[in-house]
Amino acid sequence: MRAFSAIIGREMALALRGGGDVLTLVLFFVITGAIVPFAVGPDRALLATIAPGIIWIAAFLAMLLGLDRLFRPDHEDGTLILLRHADLPLAGIIAAKVIAHWLLTAVPLILASPILAVLLAMDFSAFWRMVVSLLLGTPALAAFGAIGAAVTVAIRRGGLIAPILIAPLSVPVLIFGTGAIATGPGPDQSTPALLFLAALSLIAVALAPFAAALAISSAED
Amino acid sequence: MTIETAPKQSWWNRIAHPGQFVAWTRPLLWPLTILTALLFAAGLWFALFNSPEDYQMGDTVRIMYVHVPTAWLSQFVYGVMAVSALGSLVWRHPMADVSMKAAAPLGATFTALALFTGSLWGRPTWGTFWEWDGRMTSTLVLLFIYLGIIALWRAFDDQLRAARVIAVFTLVGAVNIPIIKFSVDWWSTLHQPASVFRADGPRMPGSILTPLFVMFFAFTFLFLVLHLKAMHTEVQRRRVAALERQAAQGARA
Repeated sequence: MRAFSAIIGREMALALRGGGDVLTLVLFFVITGAIVPFAVGPDRALLATIAPGIIWIAAFLAMLLGLDRLFRPDHEDGTLILLRHADLPLAGIIAAKVIAHWLLTAVPLILASPILAVLLAMDFSAFWRMVVSLLLGTPALAAFGAIGAAVTVAIRRGGLIAPILIAPLSVPVLIFGTGAIATGPGPDQSTPALLFLAALSLIAVALAPFAAALAISSAED
Repeated sequence: MTIETAPKQSWWNRIAHPGQFVAWTRPLLWPLTILTALLFAAGLWFALFNSPEDYQMGDTVRIMYVHVPTAWLSQFVYGVMAVSALGSLVWRHPMADVSMKAAAPLGATFTALALFTGSLWGRPTWGTFWEWDGRMTSTLVLLFIYLGIIALWRAFDDQLRAARVIAVFTLVGAVNIPIIKFSVDWWSTLHQPASVFRADGPRMPGSILTPLFVMFFAFTFLFLVLHLKAMHTEVQRRRVAALERQAAQGARA
C-alpha cells in the first residue's frame, strides 16, 4: 500500500512541479466549451440544450490530450522498466497511475466546469447533475485512456493513434454521461444513466490496469 | 535403452512454421476459389432472378442478399481476430499473428459494405440514409475499431512485438460484439430484431431464405479465400523483410 500511494504522490509531484500541464488542460477544456457559442450562435435556449454534450466532449478531448504523459515519459527515460521490477505488480502500478491521472485531469476539469455552465446558460439543477455525471463517468475515461496509452507506448507517434483507439470505446460513457443531464419529455432518465455510468467506471477501472499491464509488458520485452 | 526421438508433432505445431503453413494451405486455395465462384453464381441468380419481390418493399428487398451476409461477416471476422488474438497471447502461435493482421482490412471492408448497403436499403424503406439506432451505431463503432487496429498495425515497426500488443487491444474491443448482437433487443428502434436464426425457426418464406443462405455461404467462403490469400501474402512480406534485414547486415559487415 505504501508503494501504491508513493506512486500516486510521485505522479502528482511531477505534474505539479513540472510546469503548467494541468492548467493547460483546464484552459483547453474551457476554451473548447467557450468556442461553441461562436460556432452555433449565442441562442441561450439552444446553448442550454446542447450544454451537457459540449461539456462532455470538451472533457473527453481534454482527457485525451493528457494521455501522452501517462506512460510515455516513464517509457522514454527507462523508469517503466525499473517499475516492472518493483514489489508491486505492474497492474498495481498502472492502477496507481490511473488514479493519479484522474486526480490530475478530471478533477481540475470538474472544478472549472462552473465557468462553462455560466457561459452555456445551464440552469442550477442541470449543473449539479452534470458534476455528478462527470464524477461518475470520468474514471472510466481515465481507465480506457490507460489502455490506449499502454498500447501505443512503444510507437514514436503514438499520441496520434491512442485517441483513435479510445474514442470508440468511450461512446457508452458519453451516451450515459449526457443522458444523465439532458432532460426531455417522458420519464426521468437521470438515475438509471448515473447507475450505468457508475457500473461502467467500476468495470473499466477494475479491468483496465490488467489489460494495460499486459500491453506494456508485451511491448517492452 | 531406447534412443530419445523427437516427439511427433501435432498438425497444430507443424502449421506454426510459416513455410509449412503456406505449403499445406496453398492447394486449398484453388478449390475454395472455384467453390466461392459457384456459390456466388448460384446465389446471384437466385437473388436477382429467382426470388419473389417483397409485397411491401418490392425489388429493394434484393439488397438484403448482400446486406445480411456482409453484416454477419463484419462480426464473424472480428470473432476470427479475437480468437487469433487469444492464440497469439496464450500460445504465441506465429500464424495467429498473421491471421489477426490479415483479417483486419477484410473485416473493415465487410463492415463498410454492410453500412453502405444498409444505408442504400434504408433510404427507400425507412426514408433515411442514416438513423442513430442501436445496431447501426454499434456497427459504426465496430468500423472505427477496425480502422484503429489497422492504423495500429501500420504504426509499429516491429511486427512481432506489434502482434501481442494489438492482440490485447483486439480482445478489449471485443466487448462491442455482444453489444451489436443484442442492440436490437435492448434499444427497440428502427432495426428489426433477429429474424433468421431464431429458436422458433426463421420468419421468412423459403423462397427468400434459400438465396439468402446461398449468398451467406458465398460471402463466408469469399472471406476464407481472401483471408488465406492475405495470410500467404503476409508470410511472403515478412520473408522479404527478413531478407532485407539480412542483406543490410551483410552489407555492413
